[in-house]
Amino acid sequence: MALEDLYRDVILDHYRRPRHRGALPHADVHAEGQNPACGDEFSLDLEVRDGTIVAAGIGGEGCSISQASGSMMAEAVTGKTVAEVRDLAHRFKVMMTIEDGENPVDPERPGATLGDLEALQGVRRFPVRIKCADLPWATLEDALTKLEAGDR
Amino acid sequence: MTDFERLRDDFPILQREINGAPLVYLDSAATTQKPAQVIDAVSDFYRTRYANVHRGVYQLAEEATVAYEDARAKVARFVNAGSPSEIVFTRGATTSLNMVAHGWGLDRFHAGDRIVLTLMEHHSNVVPWQLVARHTGAELVYLPFDEESGVDLSAIEETIDERVAVVAFSAMSNVTGGFGPLDALVKAARAVDALVVVDGAQAVPHLPVDVQQLGADFLAFSAHKMLGPTGVGALWGRPELLEEMEPAEGGGEMISDVQLYESRWAPVPHKFEAGTPPIAQAVGFGAAIDYLDKISMSEVRRHEQELTRYTLDRLAEIPDLRVFGPRDVERRGGVISFALGDIHAHDIATILDENGVAVRAGHHCAKPLMRTLEVAATARASLYVYNTRRDIDALVAGLERARTLFGLA
Repeated sequence: MALEDLYRDVILDHYRRPRHRGALPHADVHAEGQNPACGDEFSLDLEVRDGTIVAAGIGGEGCSISQASGSMMAEAVTGKTVAEVRDLAHRFKVMMTIEDGENPVDPERPGATLGDLEALQGVRRFPVRIKCADLPWATLEDALTKLEAGDR
Repeated sequence: MTDFERLRDDFPILQREINGAPLVYLDSAATTQKPAQVIDAVSDFYRTRYANVHRGVYQLAEEATVAYEDARAKVARFVNAGSPSEIVFTRGATTSLNMVAHGWGLDRFHAGDRIVLTLMEHHSNVVPWQLVARHTGAELVYLPFDEESGVDLSAIEETIDERVAVVAFSAMSNVTGGFGPLDALVKAARAVDALVVVDGAQAVPHLPVDVQQLGADFLAFSAHKMLGPTGVGALWGRPELLEEMEPAEGGGEMISDVQLYESRWAPVPHKFEAGTPPIAQAVGFGAAIDYLDKISMSEVRRHEQELTRYTLDRLAEIPDLRVFGPRDVERRGGVISFALGDIHAHDIATILDENGVAVRAGHHCAKPLMRTLEVAATARASLYVYNTRRDIDALVAGLERARTLFGLA
């Protein structure tokens, strides 16, 4: 059953039809990440207007989990402020580290739902694959840090 | 004749279950499992004969030294070296290759010299040469790839010319399982007096290898890929070259005299064995060789060839599956890399693991070859003496499950 939980339809859909794929010619920040152990690569472009991410573009190559996670992440961050994205990244991290059965987010909290991203919960049963799901998010944090440091 | 089914009982780990299924270990190209005979040899050595080697005058030290040197003699016989002193114990094939690249290349290569490699090399036979090239100004040149023969044979003669100082290549690819064109490379290198360095990490554990027939100057291999412990391997070298080669490391055990500003080296092979060597591991290496000798390497090869043929036949039944490397089992060993539809290798490995099947997924420390094959990653099943058709059937069942999960079935 665990495998069916890992490879949910929504994950395979994002893997096969990644959203926001492609570099942004007018990106305000660019970041790249990789997992040297497995060779997964991920790149991220962001366009930011007045503290809001108005466009995200992703690239790279890797397994279904890393690529789907990246596609879902690009979808989730578009239209959010940098502060909201930081919060989202934090909640994603919490979701990926808690034990099975615990609710990762308080459903009463505004904007608390992680949407499609919750499909990645199945990855927690596969500890060696968590780093696959994390790769785009580590790259995102790198991009945000660069953005705030004015290093583009 | 060896009963390969019963031989499995010698490997305690094969009793294990993984995710509720019997372990099906198909990652022997990365490292092999150990028979009780090897585990016991290491354990017995620590329990009864352990001390440092080549130092003590007391009896225990002498017994440990004899055990260590006996292991060297076994390794020498295994590859038909002229004498045990032609075998240097190293940490493994990687260290062996670094030893030659640095010990030989640093003093002898110059700007304008060429180092010829193939595109199917493991990083361990690429990076040491890059380091030496950087220090000496020598230039790296790669022979173009061919999936059947490992190297585009038509390019050998034009590439290996008078400028070439060394030709270094793998006898068997750790990605495709293909044998390199050893004879053609040796012949071309000899014609221009280039050094011939063979990475035998994959070939020596699986094929009869005779250094008298090989035509090489150096041969590198690791114990852990041939039933032995980690942390020990060997470098075979032609005796006159070992005499001439500089040690890459200095320290205890490798000197005959140390003055304040210079030292004299111990005789070959000890001048290459600075510091306390992996003594118990070498003893375990000797036990692994005893084990393989008992089966005989031609029998090991026959078993793997038969199983490789079966694997290739079974994999051919799976739609959307592509196998890399030679089709002809005469030209390849039991290392089988493949891609399955658009399912990434890591996903294949995770799905197989749920069925207890251990395969490697990734770039296999051979990124230049992966780029040549135009894949970021492959899944790789690799065979050894303890594998049977049942293991391959489990692999195929797991791959069918992967197709179902990814909606390909």
